[in-house]
Amino acid sequence: MIERDVVILGAGPAGLSAAAELARLGVGKVTVIDREQTAGGIPRHCGHLGFGFREFRRVMTGPQYAATLAETASQVEVKLGVTALRLEAGGVLQTMTPTGPETLRGHAVLLAMGARETPRSARLVSGTRPWGVMNTGALQQYVYLHGKRPFERPAIIGTELVAFSSLMTLRHLEIAPVAMVEAGGRITARAPGDWIARLVFGVPVLLDTRLVRILGSEKVEAIEIDRGFGAERLDCDGVVFTGRFRPESALLGGSHLAVDPGTGGPAIDQFWRCSDPAFFAAGNLLRGIETAGQCFREGRAAARAIAAELEGKLPPTGMGVPVQAEGALSYVYPQRIARDEPLDRELLFLARARKAAKGRLILKADDTVIWTHRISALPERRIAWPVSTRLLQGASRVTVALEERA
Amino acid sequence: MPEFDRADVVIIGGGVVGCAIFRRLALAGLKPLLLESGGDILSGASKGNSAILHTGFDAPAGSLELACMQAGYREYRTIHHRLNLPLVETGALVVAWDETQLARLQGIVDHAHANDVPDVALISSSDLRRREPLLAPHAQGAVWVPGEHIIDPWSAPLAYALQGLAHGGRIRRNCKVLNGSFDGAWSLGTERGRVTAGVVINAAGNHGDLVEAMCRPSPFRITPRKGQFVVFDKLAARLVRAIILPVPTERTKGIVICRTAFGNLLVGPTAEDQTERDAAEVDEETLAMLVAKGKEMLPGLGEVGVNAIYAGLRPATQFKDYQIEALPERRWITVGGIRSTGLTGSLGIAAHVAGLYGRHFRTLEEAAPIWTPVPNLCEERPRPYQTQTGAEVLCHCEWVTRGEVEAALKGPLPAGDVGGLKRRTRAMMGRCQGFYCSAHVAALVEGRIEL
Repeated sequence: MIERDVVILGAGPAGLSAAAELARLGVGKVTVIDREQTAGGIPRHCGHLGFGFREFRRVMTGPQYAATLAETASQVEVKLGVTALRLEAGGVLQTMTPTGPETLRGHAVLLAMGARETPRSARLVSGTRPWGVMNTGALQQYVYLHGKRPFERPAIIGTELVAFSSLMTLRHLEIAPVAMVEAGGRITARAPGDWIARLVFGVPVLLDTRLVRILGSEKVEAIEIDRGFGAERLDCDGVVFTGRFRPESALLGGSHLAVDPGTGGPAIDQFWRCSDPAFFAAGNLLRGIETAGQCFREGRAAARAIAAELEGKLPPTGMGVPVQAEGALSYVYPQRIARDEPLDRELLFLARARKAAKGRLILKADDTVIWTHRISALPERRIAWPVSTRLLQGASRVTVALEERA
Repeated sequence: MPEFDRADVVIIGGGVVGCAIFRRLALAGLKPLLLESGGDILSGASKGNSAILHTGFDAPAGSLELACMQAGYREYRTIHHRLNLPLVETGALVVAWDETQLARLQGIVDHAHANDVPDVALISSSDLRRREPLLAPHAQGAVWVPGEHIIDPWSAPLAYALQGLAHGGRIRRNCKVLNGSFDGAWSLGTERGRVTAGVVINAAGNHGDLVEAMCRPSPFRITPRKGQFVVFDKLAARLVRAIILPVPTERTKGIVICRTAFGNLLVGPTAEDQTERDAAEVDEETLAMLVAKGKEMLPGLGEVGVNAIYAGLRPATQFKDYQIEALPERRWITVGGIRSTGLTGSLGIAAHVAGLYGRHFRTLEEAAPIWTPVPNLCEERPRPYQTQTGAEVLCHCEWVTRGEVEAALKGPLPAGDVGGLKRRTRAMMGRCQGFYCSAHVAALVEGRIEL
């Protein structure tokens, strides 16, 4: 068994920023493992601009950002091509490395495995199952890692931010998708997404449009859509299912760690600790998707918590106070608040709405309303607000609810 | 049309049945030629089934189907080690979910005993709960069928095909048979040219009646019966040990919950008649019904994601039994209507067909077999990612190594298309459905398989 101070699982933005921060804080033996052959995570294949401004004061492409992250963590040991097979109590990882099986134990283990998009299968989409149906992630790898054109005129399903990343990937190949198809009545990504799609890319955005089924025997030939007046055929030769990210949490499912059904990721406390305090978690593993920048900041914050833990400065986990999401919220985290001294430390709640909803965000300690705020929420926008732990003192249960206006 | 190929015996159809017949006849010293219309073997009915090795406990008494299933079952058990094929000995439980079904269990036991499956027994609801504690509490009781097992539905026929090849048989893919004429020997028109055949064996699955019509007015009519399946993530496989079967109805065995040799868990199939013979569409409503049905029987599925969805077509006819017959004067053997039990029955069907061949056409002699073990894809046995130092894992969901993908592109029967590659390796078949690996796999197979 290899013993390390910290083992980081995942060399994406969260894992690498944590590694760099631990190095900066002087934490000695840190190892990052990743199953891919190159460090950097998802940004490796996001070949367009839009990364790194807040972190590095420079606008970069995804691959530049990934390389910069790897550079900042260059003092830390990064082992690639390592597959984690199992998580065990007390910070133990069973892995398969290029030189055979290896057991790693970290005094702290940071889980930062990221997220991936929901594939067609898990969306239970009707139709045949031809070649040419993929997620943005696969499309980007075709284009940016392998220089391939998987199709010439695909349809894009969904309008989350990542759908525009798909658009930019296709534009790189000078491919104009036949349409973007959105089941909802508005573009999910922040405006001016629709404007950009129409004017810059010349792509029709079909709102309130349901994908009925996929057609084609060997390869995609068309999709059927319904805009409210029956099925229409839309010829295309590929379908890109974008968004609906979910944590890459397969390792958690088989482990002893508590998983929050709302986020699909590990339940953590305000110090990024999982139900087994030897494990910490940060980045997109915690929930669907946030930007690389948000993952970077979480990785750094988790690294600071880990450094404090290694110095014995974190409060014990104990039972903690459970935090519950209610109403139109699909989740909130941290899911648990450890009793902490001093009592007026600030903590940050992060949540998402299940659907577009206008109303009041209500924070309750037991049955006492301690804070409310009017909001207009969209499912793909982060809801974040700081709260002083002093306000939650003595509570046995904290509830965060989004109550819709009638 | 120029002659493309010739053989003493030509098998039309490279499904599990065609592959098993191919193997059997090759082992008997013939040099069979197998013609497959698809880009790879198993492109039709055999690509989507529930992967169970059946005992025949519920098969129609006295049927040819029962005889072939039981002979196939015995032979699989005898040869699977030699071909490196898995056998996951799960047993099955026919679960009654209400009083009406409960009342029918004894009949199932009696039927099984009459079918010479003597270890089938009734178990109480408390015994059922002890065996399968995570099953929904409204399960009333069950029939325990210890001999029902799980196998790999694609590696088995691949191994049969490889063994047939090792014994001198040949396989032509992308070789759809379009027409045929007989003048003492058969002249088959195919997509790739004329094929001359001494004897033709029709194992054309969902196209069986169309192929049969080349020889005679087909005595059976195929109505493809679609079965949709939902495959749950590997995390679901720990929720249940045995295969969970429903109390069957007249028409179908009903919806099954079944672990797979690959460590996933599937729920299905449906039974939907259709006229289309090749394409099997899934539909959202039915898939959602399967998910709901699965959760109803096994509530723990509610916390597990769906990895894959698929639909298979079983070649059902107006008859219950297999349609197997030799037409000596036409030098033709019909092997039709092999519906849902073909995977189990295939080796038995092959032996039966070899018997017909020997009786009507030429006495056969068994040669000492050359064994052609296939790569193991079964979760319960060691896989290359665990045993091979330096193996690069390409597909992280199903732990498929680069070496496994490369191996599937080589050898006497390399993957002929993407489906064949997936069936041989499991690459891209896991929870991410290629989010991480499909572009790498595509780069690896470039020029060897058309994507």
